Amino acid sequence: MTDIIDRSADLSQPLDRLGPDERLKYDSDYLRGTIDTGLLDRISGGVRFEENKLMKFHGIYQQDDRDIRDERRRQKLEPAYTFMVRVRMPGGVCTPEQWLKIDELARLYGGDTLRLTTRQTFQFHWVLKEDIRPTIQGLHEVLLDTVAACGDDSRGVMSTADPDDSALHAEVAALAKSLSDHVIPKTGAYHEIWYGKERVATSEDEEPFYGRTYMPRKFKIGFVIPPSNDIDVYTQDLGLIVVSGPDGIEGFNVAIGGGMGRSDQDPATYPRLADVIGYVPKDRLVATADAVMSVQRDYGNRVDRSRARFKYTIDDKGLDFIKAEIERRLGAPLEPARPFEFTSNGDVVGWRENADGSFNLTLFILSGRVSNRPGKTMMDGLRDIAKVHRGKFRLTPNQNLIVADIPAGERPRIEAILAAHGIGEDGASALRRNAIACVALPTCPLAMAEAERYLPDFATKVEAILAENGLIEEPITMRISGCPNGCSRPYVAEIALTGRAPGKYTLWLGGGFHGERLNRPVLDNAGEAAILATLAETLGNYARERSPGEHFGDFLHRSGFFEAGPDSAAGDAVLVRAEAPTRA
Amino acid sequence: MTVAQQFHEGALTLEQWQHVEALARSLSPVQARWISGYFAGLDAGLLRGGAAEPAPEASPAGRTLTILYGTETGNARDLGKALAAAAAERGLAPRLFDMADYKVRQLKDEEDLLVIVSTYGEGDPPQPAIGFFEFLEGRRAPQLPNLRYSVLALGDSTYEKYCEAGKRIDRRLQELGAARLDERIDCDLDYEESAAAWSGGLVDKLAAESAERSADIVRLFPTAAAAPTTTPAYDKRNPFAAPVLESIRITGRHSTKDTRHIELDLTGSGLAYEPGDALGVVAANNPAVVARLLDATGLDGGASVSVKGGSLSLAEALERRVEITIASPRFVDQWAKLSGAAALERLKGEAAAAERHAFLQGHHVVDIVRLFPVSGLDPEILLAGLRPLQPRLYSIASSLAAGAEEAHLTVAPVRYSLHGEERGGVASLQLAERVKPGDTLPVYIQPNPHFKLPKNDVPIIMIGAGTGVAPYRGFLQEREATGQGGRSWLFFGERNSRSDFLYQTEWQDWLKSGVLGRMDVAFSRDRSAKVYVQHHMLEQAKDLYAWLEDGAHVYVCGDANALAPDVHETLIRVVAEQGGKPREAAEDYVRQLGAGHRYQRDVY
Ligand code: SRM
Ligand SMILES: Cc1cc2nc3c(=O)[nH]c(=O)nc-3n(C[C@H](O)[C@H](O)[C@H](O)COP(=O)(O)OP(=O)(O)OC[C@H]3O[C@@H](n4cnc5c(N)ncnc54)[C@H](O)[C@@H]3O)c2cc1C
Ligand SMILES: Cc1cc2nc3c(=O)[nH]c(=O)nc-3n(C[C@H](O)[C@H](O)[C@H](O)COP(=O)(O)O)c2cc1C
Ligand code: SF4
Repeated sequence: MTDIIDRSADLSQPLDRLGPDERLKYDSDYLRGTIDTGLLDRISGGVRFEENKLMKFHGIYQQDDRDIRDERRRQKLEPAYTFMVRVRMPGGVCTPEQWLKIDELARLYGGDTLRLTTRQTFQFHWVLKEDIRPTIQGLHEVLLDTVAACGDDSRGVMSTADPDDSALHAEVAALAKSLSDHVIPKTGAYHEIWYGKERVATSEDEEPFYGRTYMPRKFKIGFVIPPSNDIDVYTQDLGLIVVSGPDGIEGFNVAIGGGMGRSDQDPATYPRLADVIGYVPKDRLVATADAVMSVQRDYGNRVDRSRARFKYTIDDKGLDFIKAEIERRLGAPLEPARPFEFTSNGDVVGWRENADGSFNLTLFILSGRVSNRPGKTMMDGLRDIAKVHRGKFRLTPNQNLIVADIPAGERPRIEAILAAHGIGEDGASALRRNAIACVALPTCPLAMAEAERYLPDFATKVEAILAENGLIEEPITMRISGCPNGCSRPYVAEIALTGRAPGKYTLWLGGGFHGERLNRPVLDNAGEAAILATLAETLGNYARERSPGEHFGDFLHRSGFFEAGPDSAAGDAVLVRAEAPTRA
Repeated sequence: MTVAQQFHEGALTLEQWQHVEALARSLSPVQARWISGYFAGLDAGLLRGGAAEPAPEASPAGRTLTILYGTETGNARDLGKALAAAAAERGLAPRLFDMADYKVRQLKDEEDLLVIVSTYGEGDPPQPAIGFFEFLEGRRAPQLPNLRYSVLALGDSTYEKYCEAGKRIDRRLQELGAARLDERIDCDLDYEESAAAWSGGLVDKLAAESAERSADIVRLFPTAAAAPTTTPAYDKRNPFAAPVLESIRITGRHSTKDTRHIELDLTGSGLAYEPGDALGVVAANNPAVVARLLDATGLDGGASVSVKGGSLSLAEALERRVEITIASPRFVDQWAKLSGAAALERLKGEAAAAERHAFLQGHHVVDIVRLFPVSGLDPEILLAGLRPLQPRLYSIASSLAAGAEEAHLTVAPVRYSLHGEERGGVASLQLAERVKPGDTLPVYIQPNPHFKLPKNDVPIIMIGAGTGVAPYRGFLQEREATGQGGRSWLFFGERNSRSDFLYQTEWQDWLKSGVLGRMDVAFSRDRSAKVYVQHHMLEQAKDLYAWLEDGAHVYVCGDANALAPDVHETLIRVVAEQGGKPREAAEDYVRQLGAGHRYQRDVY
């Protein structure tokens, strides 16, 4: 079978036929490169190009404050370089002790702010070069690291944040942790560079699985516990849909090849929903992960990075071939997928009682930004909670926070702290509570437009439209990304904006309410006025013509909005893919 | 060797040579002797401006006359040149030297010596004159029984050690048995008249003496020497109105500093400078500060007053002509008289110098006026008590070789609050806040022959903190443009690396292109490492010493109190440690660097 498969761009080729990043990884001596000397250089607050690329594998990104980039250039100063440090936190589970340390580090080195991400972890921003080591060593004190939080490797492993069955959650979260530990790079570079450990001379291969060139691109794994699809399993490279019985996990439906990233310039890039290819019993989990990842490792495109994600490998080689290759490496065919059903990809904000009588509190945190503002000292409040809380914290894929396993008796104390710090739902609409915005400006180097900083304003304007149409309590998924990369998983949202230029966005409509269907571009390069006009019109129709319980995205499809083509107000729309596929 | 050959070696044009030869044939021996003396004086005083001289020339009076000046910013040099010209004009044969270039061995042979020297730091001599002072005040100084001398001390009466350098020379020459031709005079910043009086008096005296012997000859060419002028079209007294091209803050956000980069257009001015030179800025007082003083004195700004002949409004005079912030002792004396305040009376005279100094630190003109009001004050009396407004100097941070006819400055605004009022420096705030691109600023070039790049491939070590880095930007622009220059090493210090790394991207580019070989930065307020340049000098002691041994030139620029002494001390330590020398030897090593012009400082 392999003979008909094109191998011209993968690992089978000599290094000099592959892209420059492959050479860089190969020559990096397992991710060491010159990072340690780069950290000492005082002439620049940044690091060299190669060092930056390698540091990503260590969970660190060089950035600069884009708000003042031009101002600094005129001042003959280099860009205001700082670093984003992303924690590895499988399943988003965090102990109060860890929270307190993270809070402390953020106040010391991270510009007094923390960012909860769409993959359930923390990001520090504004970290100065000389503060990276102290930050990472601080995390080490509470048994946290930043290994492979970025880079061409397996990223942070997600898992559903708040299933009704908390025992099941514990079991899945534990699996997420052990699987993450299994799939991360094994090089000693991290310990040497950040903890100052001596390099141990070793003859055996430092990376038994990855080898010297690691993955062709990032690789993302997530566990989901139906009926919640909070992690958007169809956007994962490898999605594991938990199938459970009376005594916990039995196995997983395996979904492969999801991904959001696209670029406006390049039509050969597109979002893709994962395909469910079968079922594996629990004990085959690690073998399955190895098999899937190794197929991508060996067949993934290493010539063109824009086509290097697993989703393109699958479309290039064919799903059948990839599935067969996975089964070959597993040594057995996959069982047929078991039935499952999703109802939503959002969070349920507020108090919820667990089976054991304890409570989970899901706090709405607008685009995951934790900081202190006048009247709303969230950072201080959460620190106070961490001081008294004896359960766990859970970060949700919607950038919200769950204070989990609160004994009933503790509830008043927690509520008092929240009140004291002005933390609450502050009447946020259903739309706002589950809205996601990526970080974008000023730190993200790839941002083309605002996202996090624009969401509050934009949401207010959309809420006005919802209010007019009596839809204020209607759950509608809305996501904003500052560029087409789609860190807010916009392409599965019912309403999405992706940045094109300052103040200009592509408007996407019609995604599936529980992440089962891609949305479609309706306006391109549009300003706020045009966007709001289109929303007013479509939401107006929705309010008037929807059938009971019908979601906004579904309505647009049923009502023939897309078949009719975008209306006049919509201007010229571009289609991402001929047909937006649907998953049950 | 014939006369002709001598003159040919002097590279005269044929025409010049023929004139001289014709004249020579017409002269009597006496006349010939006089002419030679005349040219010697003309030469030393006006053309060479202090280059080293052969054996002393006999003047008609039979006694040699030598004029020595010690200067940093050129005032003493200007006075020296004027004095030499005046002396030459009166038939004397003066030889003019910068103390920096004077061969101290000649001192014992001197007969008449006129000294003009300014004071810096804590009563220190000008940097370039330090070697001369060390010799004169040292054990190796000869007895000078035959020497006659007089000293003109330049200074600034707002400094505690007023004119101290001049006083030291005067004192020492006395000790060495020399006799005063005339009493020393101490000149404040408005030295023109008093200096002219001193020079005139001495020239008259010496000319008269020589006249007794050669009266007949002096009359031969009564108006012989119209001094060939070497002064540029624009200078201190006739500054060029330079258009401001750019004025921008170059310290980043959240900086504790507010350093400015200013670009001035010199096009068409004919003003030329070399890297290391300074730009003189003829500053004007802040109109708001003028108003404040008018208000305190109750005087009318519109009142017309006459200053140096011309008449103008009081407000204008206060804005452009006099210092109205820092008060001088003279002002205290005057105000004591006017107000009759006992508190001020107490501060008069030498005895109260220290107390007066302290008082003046905390009380500027307006404070004194407010504390001790004087009614019915005469505006011209007020003006008379104030010192003339001095131009301010700024190291030029650019090079003409880089192409544009521009001068760039790096300016640190002086701001402080006194008696609950926000106050600040005259020139630095004018540059930082009051002049905008498009305005013009009166400027002139202030050459600094003692802060210059070495010949082609000699290595240079540049040490600077804050605005002290300015001239090095000029140095590297020059080396980049001319493609010349050897290895270079820059030590830079400031507070915060993120906001205060002045000209960061330019150093980075020069490091990439190799124009700058090496750079060590010290940031005293970074959380990670609080260090100063001297720490890095010690860290790099081995290399530093190696560079010195390779003949590197060392430059120090910046704060006279904070930076210079520590760096100096550190250099000595480095030499002692790395060269395995005892302290004295190390000190001597560094002293020799200075004597050989390989250790140059521009501190303020
Ligand atoms: C923080 C976060 C968004 C947020 O607001 O939460 C984020 C932020 C960034 N993403 Fe992302 N991505 C984040 C989740 C995602 C997701 C969602 C997901 O994985 O569930 C996606 C879409 C799924 C996918 O991978 O297709 C996503 C797709 C990208 C891409 C496009 C990848 C592609 O295949 O085209 C890039 C650009 C790239 O990798 O070249 C990117 C790159 C980036 C960088 C690191 C920009 C860069 O490469 O320099 C952003 C840092 C901005 C900043 O200042 O913090 N990020 N990024 C999320 C961190 C997740 C985590 O904890 O690991
Ligand atoms: C050769 C040379 C080169 C120089 N190069 C540069 C350069 O490149 N960049 C640069 O910025 N400067 C440079 N300077 C310094 C510059 O010439 C000025 O001295 C400086 O800018 C201050 O001048 P100003 O008119 O603004 O302040 P001034 O009006 O002269 O006021 C300064 C005075 O204010 C008084 N004062 C200050 N603080 C207080 C306080 N807290 N309380 C009471 N009184 C106070 C003090 O008497 C001080 O002397 C250089 C100086 C020299 C001699
Ligand atoms: C940095 C600096 C320090 C000075 N220190 C003194 C001092 O301590 N005592 C003094 O009388 N004058 C002091 N002065 C004033 C100078 O002596 C005065 O400006 C003199 O005219 C300079 O002459 P020059 O140009 O020949 O160097 C100082 C001037 C500067 C710029
Ligand atoms: S979507 Fe684009 S702008 Fe937003 S964080 Fe990701 S890369 Fe940055």
